[in-house]
Amino acid sequence: AADPLITEVQDWASAFGDPVDATPYGMPIRFESHVVRRNVSWLTESPVSSINFTPIHALEGTITPQGCAFERHHSGAIEMSKQDYRLMINGLVDRPLVFTFEDLLRFPRASTTAFLECAANGGMEWAGAQLEGCQFTQGMIHNMEYVGVPLRVLLEEAGVQPEGKWIYAEGADASSNGRSMPLEKAMDDVIVAFFANGEALRKEHGYPVRLVVPGWEGNMWIKWLRRIGVYDQAVESREETSKYTDLMPDGRARKWTWVMDAKSVITAPSPQVPIRHGKGPLVITGLAWSGNGAISRVDVSTDGGKNWQTARLTGDSKPKALVRFHLDIDWDGEEMMLQSRAIDETGYVQPTKDALREIRGLNNVYHNNGIQTWWVKADGEVENVEVA
Amino acid sequence: EPLGLGRPALPGEVTAWDVSVLPDGTGLPEGSGDVLTGEEVFAEKCSSCHGEFAEGLDSWPVLAGGEGTLTDRRPVKTVGSYWPYLSTLFDYIHRSMPFGAAQTVSVDETYAITAFLLYSNGLVEDDYVLSKANFLEVELPNADGFYADDRPEAEYALFRGEPCMADCAAEVKVTKRAAELNVTPEDPDGRPAGSLPDLRTAAAETAAPEAPAAEVTAGDAAPASAEAPVEAPTAADPALIAAGESVFKKCSACHKVGEDAKNGVGPTLNGVVDGPAAHEEKFKYSKALLDKAEEGLVWDEAALGAFLENPKRYLKGTKMSFPGLKKEEDRTAIIAYLASLPK
Repeated sequence: AADPLITEVQDWASAFGDPVDATPYGMPIRFESHVVRRNVSWLTESPVSSINFTPIHALEGTITPQGCAFERHHSGAIEMSKQDYRLMINGLVDRPLVFTFEDLLRFPRASTTAFLECAANGGMEWAGAQLEGCQFTQGMIHNMEYVGVPLRVLLEEAGVQPEGKWIYAEGADASSNGRSMPLEKAMDDVIVAFFANGEALRKEHGYPVRLVVPGWEGNMWIKWLRRIGVYDQAVESREETSKYTDLMPDGRARKWTWVMDAKSVITAPSPQVPIRHGKGPLVITGLAWSGNGAISRVDVSTDGGKNWQTARLTGDSKPKALVRFHLDIDWDGEEMMLQSRAIDETGYVQPTKDALREIRGLNNVYHNNGIQTWWVKADGEVENVEVA
Repeated sequence: EPLGLGRPALPGEVTAWDVSVLPDGTGLPEGSGDVLTGEEVFAEKCSSCHGEFAEGLDSWPVLAGGEGTLTDRRPVKTVGSYWPYLSTLFDYIHRSMPFGAAQTVSVDETYAITAFLLYSNGLVEDDYVLSKANFLEVELPNADGFYADDRPEAEYALFRGEPCMADCAAEVKVTKRAAELNVTPEDPDGRPAGSLPDLRTAAAETAAPEAPAAEVTAGDAAPASAEAPVEAPTAADPALIAAGESVFKKCSACHKVGEDAKNGVGPTLNGVVDGPAAHEEKFKYSKALLDKAEEGLVWDEAALGAFLENPKRYLKGTKMSFPGLKKEEDRTAIIAYLASLPK
């Protein structure tokens, strides 16, 4: 029968739509209202010290809109104006300084596109498959284009003394969430950012100023940045001793595990994106990234790792940023065990979860960059599983 | 060459913001505190989450015990069993605790709480006094339990090299299924939360799925819906209630409201407005509040407003660690919100 959506004149084809002043700053159309950050309430005791997840299953390309980019706060997202903003640099410097927001705007700027991944991304999956959907299993990640001032420029303005080997960055919120990093990293590619994806940082991402630490774990990207201290040693704050350290099978722990290793995940099909169209042409797509450089290749398996084919990287592969991959197949309607594995420019190949567990044991919840398996059923439904 | 931007940080400003204490004692302020004082301060400021004995309530952090568990399947990581440096403990308490009222613990109180936690972990006797002078004498049991990231040596070599492309495994079997745990948040139809809608059903049938944690702002004043209480307070202002609900997020870490609310760190707050103080029978209120309740305190708008402005000033000895709502508009909004809840 003829499609009435075509044969009958629809309202939108006859009457007015919204005027230009209907939404001075727009939200997504209501049909996309399922594309939102979600939390898992049983994970934490309080929503002000908690995490939510980017709906990566519903996004394409590589840039994460700020409004649905995952949040992690240790004491809630605070509201700070540009007028009230101050940044202090002190410690082992020739000139301890205080900058206003306006001061920061007068320094030469730099831009970078970088992924931010929580060290605990995939942590709930360490002991076994647990949550249905890459939003929950790999969604503690986002990728934005930042503009700000290189931290190096601000440190040079203050004049780092020869004994200064470490910096310690802390936020203005009640948690302050301070993290130490070696001076070499601070002088390399770290940015004191105030724009993301072309607009001001959103409140939950640290408005008005946050640190951008490309390739390194998310909790080092201090939000509401208020102070950079220069020291001759690491501060060894709570978030770099009690938390964000990696307990190994011998009862000792790795510390300073800053880099996020190469990783990938198929975002569709996935448990939140079942195949509803039946057999025939199927687009398999996903994301890959590495804190050690650019992704050079992504392989996809449809049979749980027995056989692999190389996927297409769609768009530029930039160091320490998300890259999108696609594999277009003719699905025969049979079960599949979908996996992806990323290879970065250092030659590192994303390992299986079992290979990581063999080294790190079962108590090591951070830095799970193991291969994800999606079990696609003949009816198109998708489950999170592990295979061996 | 410096651009000459910014201005010198004044010594008083540096002191105010640079509160970092480093493992070698750098930054440690003058002061001291003993175990017994620490026990009292801990009971007042910390025990509502961490328990009277630092054992941790609900899922809040356990601070004592756990020795010898780091190789167990469920290790208990505490100050005594896991933390490498005492400086971290001092720094964190002084900087970030209590949760929701950071930077309200004095230097001497911080020494005292730190001493108490050493005692709770069996590391000092009950007559112990911690001070700047003896701080570096304390070595925590797990001080040698950490080493710098060795993934480049321990792992990277194993994972480099051209990977297998064909016939890499004989057989592939499912070994674990998330479905067996069934802990994923779900949409009303039972699918994993956030599943993409079926594009072959009419848009009307899938319209407006519920979005979680939608931002509620005063501007969003939803028209009074079926959920509004039957006995709405006179002239209930939906915009004010919505604003109050937003402010209440600050409280929701400790206080639950609504039909299924249970006592947590704080009591449930259904029916608190215009009700008698200490109304929740099963909650262990502070002695200070129980005394006031005995005297007949009723949480009318004036009393609740005064309490919320500065809890500790209004009620010395309250267990509520929240520092208060300094803006009158926030207090008015939150009281309107609480009053709008079903009893």
